[in-house]
Amino acid sequence: MLTANNNLRTTQLIRIQTESPTVKTFTFTDKLCSKANPGQFLMLWIPGIDEIPLSIMNAGNDLVSVSVKMIGDATRHMHALETGATIGLRGPFGNSFTESRGRVLLVGGGTGTAPLLFLANRLASKTQRLSFVEGAKTKNELLFVSALDGICQEKNIITTTEDGTAGLQCLVTVPLAKLLDEQQFDMIYTCGPEVMVKKIFEMTEQRKLPLEASLERLMRCGIGLCGSCMIGKYRVCRDGPVFNVAQLREMKAELGVSKLGFDGSRIPV
Amino acid sequence: MGTNLLSTSFAGLELPNPTILASGILGYSSESFSRVVKAGAGAVVTKSVGIAPRVGYPNPTIVQSRSGLINAMGLPNPGIETYVEEINFSKTILTVPLIVSVFGYTSEEYAAVSKRAVDAGADAVELNVSCPHVKQTGAEIGQNPKLLSEIVENVKAKINKPVIVKLSPNVTDITILAKAAMEAGADALTVINTLKAIAIDIETLQPILSNVKGGLSGEAIKPVALRCVYDIAEQYKVPIIGCGGVSNWHDAVEFFLAGASAVQIGTALADDVEVFGAVTKGVESYLRRKHYANVKEIVGLAHRK
Repeated sequence: MLTANNNLRTTQLIRIQTESPTVKTFTFTDKLCSKANPGQFLMLWIPGIDEIPLSIMNAGNDLVSVSVKMIGDATRHMHALETGATIGLRGPFGNSFTESRGRVLLVGGGTGTAPLLFLANRLASKTQRLSFVEGAKTKNELLFVSALDGICQEKNIITTTEDGTAGLQCLVTVPLAKLLDEQQFDMIYTCGPEVMVKKIFEMTEQRKLPLEASLERLMRCGIGLCGSCMIGKYRVCRDGPVFNVAQLREMKAELGVSKLGFDGSRIPV
Repeated sequence: MGTNLLSTSFAGLELPNPTILASGILGYSSESFSRVVKAGAGAVVTKSVGIAPRVGYPNPTIVQSRSGLINAMGLPNPGIETYVEEINFSKTILTVPLIVSVFGYTSEEYAAVSKRAVDAGADAVELNVSCPHVKQTGAEIGQNPKLLSEIVENVKAKINKPVIVKLSPNVTDITILAKAAMEAGADALTVINTLKAIAIDIETLQPILSNVKGGLSGEAIKPVALRCVYDIAEQYKVPIIGCGGVSNWHDAVEFFLAGASAVQIGTALADDVEVFGAVTKGVESYLRRKHYANVKEIVGLAHRK
């Protein structure tokens, strides 16, 4: 029942990096979270404000990084923090992506790219081919492009923007369809807006391809007790956040459609 | 599979085994209920539902202490009007009793929500008169025998299904509240809710939970819960559901011996949802080893002189 991971401890922010007009990456020391695997998340306490679930973007050598998009009160407070500020941590929690060999494709949307960057770093030396499709609303919001350039060979990166300010002007699903039809992949990983994940799931199902998707839900306890993050019969915090094809099929009715709100009622995604 | 050893009944409820999902744990959706039933639960209790939706408190809503968890969720719930659909649907797929946990701010609210829940198919209601962290409901009622009686009487008058009262341990003498609930017509008592608690972060010099105080659950409270069950069973003949820190079959057997007809399991699900199966299997082999024909035979045996 009691795990060291779930003990709240405090640490200080040692580096804050601006990634885009709305996204900052925060780095701090934490022994437990620095041993996290790609796909896992942590609960970050902004003292006196809130505690929020965040995907781990990088971990190792006692250091941990998370990328935070400013979307509400808690994240606005987070963005206002400076190096040296004290934060609280629980985690790492949840499962992680399997680490596939062979020909691997990663598809990220928005800050969903963060855990995939972690995964790409981990897979870089092990895979035969690593391809990445990243989508964002606009050029300024395309995250980690130069980091990904370093990991994948440049020709294996496709970027899309909704306004056409960088890369292709379309959603990630457009170049994805072409890739899936023209090339062979042993595993596809995705993380991003759920509507995008749903679409990608439909595309891989049509072509009978393996997929692992990291999902997001409102979270409170982070340890599988409170039920706030249920999708179908699964707890995103404990059974996920990474789900495979068989599990995604079981949650089809809710994926990209509905989730539980703060009051536990089902609301549109 | 030896269900006759484990099957039990009390307060008009028939359970395939004496383990019940405690309120507040995975308790919103029919899918969660069927998952814990598949894992082996003999009945399920929903999250507490009130007359109107509540979003609950901001995080942190949970903090771990050395041997338990302190939580202050703040009774998040969609309100009974929305929740009746979930009750309705759950009833179509569940093979075990569905107990709806009810909270309110007045006895009329308790009665109205209970009525709606039962009309939607609830097999029983469990009155949450002991939530330690929401003002003007829960514990404030559960600490006041007069208020408690009034609520139980009101609910009893409105519904014809079993009324279970979940008692607060945050009182001087829990048997006084047990007596008040019984005399007002309670069909069974759930003993106990969480113990009022707090955790403070020494680096930022502040309480960790957004609500400052919360309720302690888990292994830390098991001896206290067991003592409360024992105290009530010693004085009164009322079906008791033991609740507090049950993590394995050994804990469950202790509760039966103290006088509980069944146990609720909550915090231990943090280890594994399959805890229900492990507990029932362990209880079953205990009963076999001790040559009892049914779990009912051991209820209250620790009181034998």
